[in-house]
Amino acid sequence: MEETIRFKLNGRDTELVNDPNQILLWVLRNHFGLTGTKFGCGIGFCGSCTVLIDNEPVRSCMIPVSDVAGKSVVTIEGLGEGEELHPVQQAFIDHDALQCGFCTPGMIVTAVGLLGKNPSPTRDEIAAGLEENLCRCGAHTRIIDAVEDAAVKIRGGKGK
Amino acid sequence: MTTGKNPSSVRGMKRRSFVKALGGGIVLFFAPWSALDLMALPAEQRRTLTKDYNAFLHIAEDGTVSCFTGKIEMGQGIITSLAQMMAEELNIPLKSVRMVMGDTELCPWDAGTWGSLTTRAFGPAMRAALAEARAVLTEMASEKLGIEAGRLEVIDGKVAEKGNPSVSVSYAELAKGKKLERYLDVKPLPEDYREYTIVGRPLKHSDAFDKVTGRAKYTGDLVLPGMLHARILRPPSHGARLVSVDLSAAQAIEGVKVLRDGDFIAVVSENRDLADLAVVRINAEYSFDELNVSDSTIFEYITRGEYRENTVTEAGDMMAAPQQCDRLFEHEYHDPYLAHAPIEPHTALARWEDGKLTVWASTQSPFGLQDTLVREFGTSLENVRVITPHVGGGFGGKSPSQQGVEAARLARMTGRPVMVAWTREEEFMYDSFHPASVIRVKSGLDKEGKIMMWDYNIFLAGTRGSEATYDIPNVKITNYREDRTKYRVHPFATGAWRAPNNNTNTFARETQIDIMAAAAGNDPLEFRLRNLKDEKMIAVLKAVADRFGYIPGKTPSGRGIGISCGTDAGTWVAHIAEVKVDTTTGKVKVVRLTCAQDMGLCVNPQGALLQMEGCLTMGLGYTLAEELRFEGGNIKDRNFDSYDIPRFSWLPKLECVIMDRQDQPPQGGGEPAIIGVGAAVGNAIFDATGARLFRVPFTPERVLKAIAVSEGLRSEGLMSEGHKPESPEGQVKGRRLKRPKRQKRMTN
Repeated sequence: MEETIRFKLNGRDTELVNDPNQILLWVLRNHFGLTGTKFGCGIGFCGSCTVLIDNEPVRSCMIPVSDVAGKSVVTIEGLGEGEELHPVQQAFIDHDALQCGFCTPGMIVTAVGLLGKNPSPTRDEIAAGLEENLCRCGAHTRIIDAVEDAAVKIRGGKGK
Repeated sequence: MTTGKNPSSVRGMKRRSFVKALGGGIVLFFAPWSALDLMALPAEQRRTLTKDYNAFLHIAEDGTVSCFTGKIEMGQGIITSLAQMMAEELNIPLKSVRMVMGDTELCPWDAGTWGSLTTRAFGPAMRAALAEARAVLTEMASEKLGIEAGRLEVIDGKVAEKGNPSVSVSYAELAKGKKLERYLDVKPLPEDYREYTIVGRPLKHSDAFDKVTGRAKYTGDLVLPGMLHARILRPPSHGARLVSVDLSAAQAIEGVKVLRDGDFIAVVSENRDLADLAVVRINAEYSFDELNVSDSTIFEYITRGEYRENTVTEAGDMMAAPQQCDRLFEHEYHDPYLAHAPIEPHTALARWEDGKLTVWASTQSPFGLQDTLVREFGTSLENVRVITPHVGGGFGGKSPSQQGVEAARLARMTGRPVMVAWTREEEFMYDSFHPASVIRVKSGLDKEGKIMMWDYNIFLAGTRGSEATYDIPNVKITNYREDRTKYRVHPFATGAWRAPNNNTNTFARETQIDIMAAAAGNDPLEFRLRNLKDEKMIAVLKAVADRFGYIPGKTPSGRGIGISCGTDAGTWVAHIAEVKVDTTTGKVKVVRLTCAQDMGLCVNPQGALLQMEGCLTMGLGYTLAEELRFEGGNIKDRNFDSYDIPRFSWLPKLECVIMDRQDQPPQGGGEPAIIGVGAAVGNAIFDATGARLFRVPFTPERVLKAIAVSEGLRSEGLMSEGHKPESPEGQVKGRRLKRPKRQKRMTN
């Protein structure tokens, strides 16, 4: 029943002996204690469980942990370095782009994935990229502001 | 100021152990505040306040000042604004303030966090207590420095001699090596808000760092040794009764335990996946006894009902009023059931230890849950502690906290800590929905376009926001409430949904006003200003028009601009919406939403702005899409695949104006800006198309239907609405423009 699954988790080589059918979200939360990844709907419709798998935003509530074998998984906890925040995280603080904070990790992870593919998105492209992430408090406008700002900072940082 | 009383216990915990738990320093206990007692809270939710003192402030030996409050943080930002008030009153840097919130053992009693009450009702009491605390600290400093208190002032956490800041002592120094308890009786006093320096400054969320890093702990993120995850067997609908059940398939799963207490059946496991797997293997049969009503028949069902009625307001002479009118307008407005749908579902973790129960819960009412648990388990307040971690949104839906009772029951049955984290389906099923409601209005205009009559009837919505608002000589407002002994309406629980029912009332009133403005051939802003006497309302309307750059015009102008105004939680608010309507699909896009509000002193303009933006965005939900589908007790919308809440693509350009009212007491900010979204957008649709909508949400189908109705009327040359008072009610030929079938009269 149990299998050994090897993958990279937040930059570290990880070996997990586990039921391969367990849902990735619960493995991250319960086995690794990475509770920044949230359960919101369980059917991939709200986005609060989003993680990056090989830089692609994926709903962790929808896939078995065996799917990440040989891949690199990044959760909200793995975005910054130590106390140094990822530019998207910092921009969310700077723009006050959150209220209750429950959708925030999923929003940030999705935005990081988006900027990985499109470093200079328009506001409409940001909105489209985050369309499937739900926020009930209504921080949407500020989230777009934050992602737009983070994109500028990331590009600036790379001297582009 | 300081009394000699030395009470033996602090709510739920022996005073000695409480002080011990805090370590050294100065603890200030405050007598219960009359302001808290006086808050307009629902009677059933009130608890007799303890006559005992409540711990409130702790000044630690390192100078950190902890504030203990029964209020909770769910995204509305009071963790920041209350800290701001504290820093202001005690003259300390904001970073020295620590907020301890929603812990029934440590914090003074509080009814719950709702009604935009924190700042307006709790705030003044808190500030008065803080001023008192500052006086105590000054007195202590006076003794220490040998300088009389009158010659001392507090700057940045230090008590210093006036004009000679080198002679000073810090709060930390005063607290060092102390184990001091002081007991204070305080009464809130009026203050001069103009002297504030920290209050009124825009501050960002103080908890943002934890939230962007994933470190913020919500209830579901907690772990206790030996903890089990539970899933509870749920009936398929409200009103279904368990007839038989086969547990064997669930019991056969290794690592799962099945528990049963009558109809309460649950599975627990150390592994959430296994609990999920096991609960669907339970085979249960039910019998059904449900109301014969659905989302498509609910309004007809409501209008057939028998209700308890009471007159809320009566002024002038309603009998003679119709004769003073040139034209009468009669309309009925419908508002459906809505889900709260916070992104964090209801969650609770419970632990029993030596007969003592601790429950961590996502709740807006930790003390309310504590009361419920005490009743449920026949124990005493001393034995029940509720702790509130970060709460992932509430909007009124987390005032009931059934999940806390469920977790506690299962923890008792298993003897281990149990986590109950509702699925999204459970969240939709056991929500306390915004109630479906009907408003019926009959109003009249004289020849000059003055409103002469206002006969306003509320069915199930409640009276919040139902004031006539305008200057009208003849007014009658009647409230019809459910009387379950005569006629049961709601097939499931209903409750407070952000600005409870003010959305319904404001939608009805402001649409009716707009209809009259159009009939009178007036610009809708001008019509409102002419019929208003309320200076604050006039001011917010002018402010919103200013910000929008409003150009007056007769409706329907084709521009797609709509106005509304109202009051909520002590705050005056006005909206202008601009829409684009696709007349082939019926799809409405709100392109601009401007809002002005007068909320008195604004403690944290940044936080208030966020609340306004949140209200406007959430308001788009009930305006354009949200409507719970159901059949009897069967909730059909169980997840976000079918229940649509606002998304990024819906966003209009948002513009918010907060009036400069720093000399006025602070009012509510968490809800007012949501109330007028429905009416402003509906009025904008009328301005764009000439089509009038009487039911939210304005779905494409309803918009198309309304457009067809308005085109039919236009072809008959019946552009303006209203009928002569002498005509038989609503029977003027060709004037039945509201909907195809006229609703039956209600039997009251």
